Amino acid sequence: MSESKAITVLYFASLGEALGLTKETLTLPCTPCTINQLKEFLSGRGEQWKIRLEHSNTLCAVNQELCQNPDHAVEPDDEIAFFPPVTGG
Amino acid sequence: MIRVQHEDFDQNTEYRALLQKGESGAAVTFVGLVREFQDEEKMLLQHYPGMTEKVLEKIVETAHKRWDLQQVNLIHRIGSLRSGDQIVFVGVSSKHRAEAFSACQYIMDILKTQAPFWKKEGNTWVDAKSSDEDAATQWLEK
Repeated sequence: MSESKAITVLYFASLGEALGLTKETLTLPCTPCTINQLKEFLSGRGEQWKIRLEHSNTLCAVNQELCQNPDHAVEPDDEIAFFPPVTGG
Repeated sequence: MIRVQHEDFDQNTEYRALLQKGESGAAVTFVGLVREFQDEEKMLLQHYPGMTEKVLEKIVETAHKRWDLQQVNLIHRIGSLRSGDQIVFVGVSSKHRAEAFSACQYIMDILKTQAPFWKKEGNTWVDAKSSDEDAATQWLEK
């Protein structure tokens, strides 16, 4: 299998700070892999991950567009971002 | 015109830029400022490069579809800011005032809840306000 299954995951603001990580590249943990499955995989890293990612306020973007469907399938080369509600302006 | 930048902006310059096309009967400008918080502490404005620009473009595009506008200019600052600093500029020109007023408020209300910016005052990340969510929802219901 030479096909790449790498995705980029970004963590912003309070979320990135709590997790101590702002960006990483990882191999898709399953195929197919939904947003929910990705969250479950990441939540396995520890309590803080679980709390932050499963928080009802936490938002998710796929390829820089807000994604509110937890069953959305993540594709190789996708850019996934997790972040808290926005506070600009 | 949409700009996401560290640098400050000059309201007068931006106002004049709005009227370049001529024929405008109204121009509405809004400037958002950093409120007072713990003195001598800095505010940090983080954003999601790429997504921010896409969301702002979409907001401006929607405003153009909804109202008869001539020009919309939007500037949002990022990085380190202090109390009293300008953060955001929205300028709208149109033939008649009602369109410009409505579009300017619409753009700010939607920006507040959709554009991926986050404020950190000193060591504290600012929480999102439900009143901002309510203001944005009003437009979606109309």
